Parts: sequence; structure tokens; C-alpha cells
Amino acid sequence: MELFINLFLFFMLVVTALAILKMRHLFAVVMLSGVFSLLCALLFVTLDAVDVAFTEAAVGAGISTVLMLGTMALTSRNEKMPRKFSLMPLLVVMATGAVLIYGTLDMPNFGSAKSPAQTHVAAQYLALTPTDMGFPNVVTAILASYRGYDTLGEVVVVFTAAVGVLILIGGLARRRHKDEEEAN
Amino acid sequence: MRHHLILRVITKLLVGPIIIFALYVQFHGEYSPGGGFQAGVIFAVAFILFGIVFGLEKVKEVFPAWLVHKFTAIGVLLYSGTGVVSMMLGANYLNYSALNPENPQAGQVAGIIAIELGVGITVAAVMIAIYYAFAGRPPVIDDEDW
Repeated sequence: MELFINLFLFFMLVVTALAILKMRHLFAVVMLSGVFSLLCALLFVTLDAVDVAFTEAAVGAGISTVLMLGTMALTSRNEKMPRKFSLMPLLVVMATGAVLIYGTLDMPNFGSAKSPAQTHVAAQYLALTPTDMGFPNVVTAILASYRGYDTLGEVVVVFTAAVGVLILIGGLARRRHKDEEEAN
Repeated sequence: MRHHLILRVITKLLVGPIIIFALYVQFHGEYSPGGGFQAGVIFAVAFILFGIVFGLEKVKEVFPAWLVHKFTAIGVLLYSGTGVVSMMLGANYLNYSALNPENPQAGQVAGIIAIELGVGITVAAVMIAIYYAFAGRPPVIDDEDW
């Protein structure tokens, strides 16, 4: 049953990706990319990674769709037709895909107990979280405490992203200008 | 979207539950899926939904842009400040056990709640700030802006 669900979700992912490629109407493309994120979130749920699924659904399907719609409102609604068919991008994509598939041949099987993800610190975190923290969600324990530095870095990245966007398009300069006008 | 009566009524009904759900995800993260990142995004969604339906000016009256910009930094400061506090108590940076030496578990929980709150504040404020930045632009870019 799980295999069937996974196959169905991956099939839907491919169909959504192809539909996005085919469409020229950007509103539909934005909506379909939201659908794509939601399907990814469902895949994460079948992998029992509910925290990641939560993030993907909230950020990928929620906020990014809104931001893409906001961006689209500032530009045109339709994608321009490509002038000519070019072979080079197709070759680059196929070569990259072939290399990536070749790379997966060395990886351990899906869910293998011998994979590096299972044999290093993960087992330790699972064993220590109840005694160290006294609560059951290991993901929160790793994210907030064992890997606190990494999460601090992530928060700083999010903050930097906001600073970048505000400097580029946020109208901070314009606001200062307006304040000066009001002061005068 | 002012003329859409149904959207307006539903939005008014939904904003409260969305914020309560965000707070639940924020402060229940040790026991259930979720944490600061997800809670921040959900919290921001409440304001963005309000802004989409009632207009940018209305939502800016509730949560002005200058305040949002302050909160993006306050979250990062809360997070890094928790680390500084644990350092002042004699432990490593971001070692929350130092917050409560008699009961390290309680110290960990207190530290995690503090830093998750920092994460949530920053993420929510950043999402709202980016939404303001995009929605606040004039639909057609003037020559002067380039």
C-alpha cells in the first residue's frame, strides 16, 4: 500500500512538473508550483518526517505562492514564447541527470540501517533526548539544542534575506525621503 | 477585494484561529510537530490574509512596517542573547542546561522555548516585511525607480 501511495505521489509530481513546463499562463504556473510543494509535503508525511512536511506545506505551498502572486502582479501575466527550439539546454539537463543517477548507485538502499544517517550521531540523539531534555520530539531537541549553532545560522540567514529584500525593493530610502519631507 | 462579502466575513473568522494555531505550534513544539519556523510562517499568514482581503493600508494600521522591521532583529537578538546568558552563567554558548543548574532538563526546556520564540518572531516578521515590500510597490515600475 505504501509503495502504491509513493508511486502515485511521484507520478503526480512528474505530471505537475510537466504541466508547469507546458503552461504559458503565469497565474496557473504559480498555483501549480503550490500544488507541487503540497505533493512534496505529502511525500514527507509518508516518510514520517512530519516536521519537514509542515514546513514545506507552510512555506512552499503557502507563503511562496503568495509572494509569487505578489511578484506577478508587478510584471506580466504571460510567459513569452521562446524564439527558437534549442538543443543545448536539453543536453545539459540530460547529462546532469545521468551523472546524478550514476551518483545514487553508490548510495545505501532507501531506509537501510547501515546508511551513514543511521549509524553516526542520530542513534545517540534518539537515545539521549529523553534523559537530556525530558520531552519526546527529537526533531525539536536536535534543531534547538544539539544543533543550536546551525539554527542560529539559519535565523541569521532569514534575517539577512529580509534585509536584502528591504534594501532592494522595500522602499526604505523612499520612506526616509518622505520623513524628511514631512519634517520640512 | 473589498466588495467580496463572503471573503471578508470568512477572513475575519479565520484570522483569530490562525494566530491561535500559530501559538500552539510555537509553544507545543517539544511535544508535537512544529516549532519556531512553522509557527512564524503561520503567524505571518494571518496578517498576509488580512492584508490581501482588506488592503495593505488596513493591515499596516494593525502592524506598522517600522515595527515589523524592528521585530526581524529582535528575534535574532533573543536567540543570540540566550546564548550569551548561558555563557554568563559559566557554560558554553547556547548550552541551556546552565539556565537551571539544579534541573538541567528544565533549563533545556526554558532555553529551547526562548530560542524558538526568537526564531518565530524573526520568521514571522521577515515574512510580513517581504510581503509588505512586494505588495507596497506600485504595480507599474516608474522610470525613476530604476
